[in-house]
Amino acid sequence: MSHSTTYVPKSAFAKWFETRLPVAGLVHSSFIAFPVPRNLTYFWTFGAILVFMLAAQIVTGVFLAMYYTPNAAMAFQSVEHIMRDVNYGWLLRYLHANGASMFFIAVYIHIFRNFYYGSYKAPREVLYILGVVIFILMMATAFMGYVLPWGQMSFWGATVITNLFSAIPLVGDTIVSYLWGGYAVGNPTLNRFFSLHFLLPFMIAGVVILHVWALHVPGQNNPTGIPIKSGKDAVPFTPYATIKDVFAVVVFMLFFAWWVFYIPNYLGHADNYIPANPAVTPAHIVPEWYFLPFYAILRAIPDKLGGVIAMFSAIVIWVFMPWLDTSKVRSTAYRPLYKQFFWVFVAVCVLLGWLGAKPAEGYYTLAAQICTVYYFAHFLIVLPVLGFIERPLPLPNSILESVMGVQKVGAGMPAGAHAEPQSKG
Amino acid sequence: MAHPTHAVEPTRRDFLFIATGAAAAVSGATLVWPFVQSLAPDAATVAAGAPVEVDLTPIAEGQIVKLFWRGKLIFVRNRTPAEIKAAEDVNVATLRDPQADAARVKAGHAQWLVVYGNCTHLGCVPLGHQGEYEGWFCPCHGSIFDTSGRVRGGPAPTNLPVPPYTFTSDTKIVIGQEATA
Ligand code: HEM
Ligand code: FES
Repeated sequence: MSHSTTYVPKSAFAKWFETRLPVAGLVHSSFIAFPVPRNLTYFWTFGAILVFMLAAQIVTGVFLAMYYTPNAAMAFQSVEHIMRDVNYGWLLRYLHANGASMFFIAVYIHIFRNFYYGSYKAPREVLYILGVVIFILMMATAFMGYVLPWGQMSFWGATVITNLFSAIPLVGDTIVSYLWGGYAVGNPTLNRFFSLHFLLPFMIAGVVILHVWALHVPGQNNPTGIPIKSGKDAVPFTPYATIKDVFAVVVFMLFFAWWVFYIPNYLGHADNYIPANPAVTPAHIVPEWYFLPFYAILRAIPDKLGGVIAMFSAIVIWVFMPWLDTSKVRSTAYRPLYKQFFWVFVAVCVLLGWLGAKPAEGYYTLAAQICTVYYFAHFLIVLPVLGFIERPLPLPNSILESVMGVQKVGAGMPAGAHAEPQSKG
Repeated sequence: MAHPTHAVEPTRRDFLFIATGAAAAVSGATLVWPFVQSLAPDAATVAAGAPVEVDLTPIAEGQIVKLFWRGKLIFVRNRTPAEIKAAEDVNVATLRDPQADAARVKAGHAQWLVVYGNCTHLGCVPLGHQGEYEGWFCPCHGSIFDTSGRVRGGPAPTNLPVPPYTFTSDTKIVIGQEATA
């Protein structure tokens, strides 16, 4: 959809400016007049929440970087200095450390929303794949950030994750020493991780712009999965979506604040308050909670290279979802069979996360192996096969009909329910 | 589209386009080299890899001592006769990474095992005197090593490697230096 803007500059200056840089028109057509489906739920506010979280991480991060010292001998002390001496340093750090978790909570809800409503299907494949790219960049950023305080978990997390690359045949060891800048994780590693941790969020911001751009071509999906057909299916972005997004962000901020002010260390590990010691590994090392399902998959495979391949495949397989899912119906609300498989899949992912935090022995390993097999079967068997054997429920004729009920459409609508007529391509 | 059917003769301009493009591609690719190379261990790190001398006298029988060479952890283990026997009595053919104990220690010094101290799975430090064979047990993902540092279970693919070292006397070794004779 190429929406020529309906923006009309009012003042002489606005006119002068618009003919030189038509940014106001772009904002107007993207965030003011842009038609959004009238039936969106709060699951559609997580995009705005994610933008807020990215901004929050960048602002708190830039301030932390003013007081943090990326040197193996001083990093741990400098974080303690932030916590004890810098004015409100404790707040900056707790916002940033918990902010990473909040970011991941929001992104997982956002991703599973897409899985449920089939938002990855045509015509939104590129939009969706850009989302997967953002997720991978987020994982890299969070991993490198966690290394910066240079505690025991930082050091051993960095060691274990960089060593994943040593599984690559022939060149693995060379790659790892290039990642480290030495023969083990050390000061050069910390320096480059800090540099990249600073850079990557801005690359994420770049991909977010492409993501939103790609979103504005087909427009948003919605709980019915059927496209906007007439102006009555849509409402303008402002004020409807704007105010809803702002409200959701505020509620999310309350949730965020609860962690920051009441249990700021709940999601961290006590061991990370012990300075890095290359001679002793903590008895029980676990990654941050948001990596646990993938970590469980890594450990489920009793072979080094196999485990690494399985772990990376578990994310990369997402990219192929638009083509693995053979069903033409987007929304799971109209897919009775798939709905059950969807919830089983959610349960398996949560279970994998739980197993990732358990020691890798006995029944835990067995359970992780079963879940890993199911995880891949969901993509490689369930998604392709269901499209052929499932009989979807009848779809409503329009978004309006799904909201108002069939009888009411065409009859009089309640006052105020009329949106400005929108033309949607 | 209506293309002329005869092939157009390449012109001097075509040649210049291709030559310029090729030069740009080659120089672009060349520029990547110094950036990638800068990531490798730097000269100071490599220089810090000078050999280290270790005095074995204070290491009691059964004790494992940890030290660093080139920033990497190394275990020096003074093995008990029972541990040596356990390591030697293994049927090498049954091992994941088959290696005789004799190939992992210096002749006449079977008492001393010197190995790198990072698990060959993902680099954690295994705990000494633990696990089924009382060699080492890695707490991270459960790899098991015997009293020769050979992998006997878990995800680790290979034995704990033996670093280059040599005995300069009966109670002294130099790590980072192979015997010259
Ligand atoms: C995608 C956005 C980001 C994520 C997910 C993220 C994540 C993290 C995490 C998990 C930590 C470890 C916190 C701890 O346990 O102490 C951290 C630390 C840090 N980050 Fe970020 N970060 C992001 C953006 C940024 C940016 C843009 C900067 C700088 C411009 C930055 C600077 C820092 C600094 C200096 C630290 C070390 C201080 C500390 O450990 O609290 N971060 N980051
Ligand atoms: S690092 Fe030792 S078992 Fe994984």
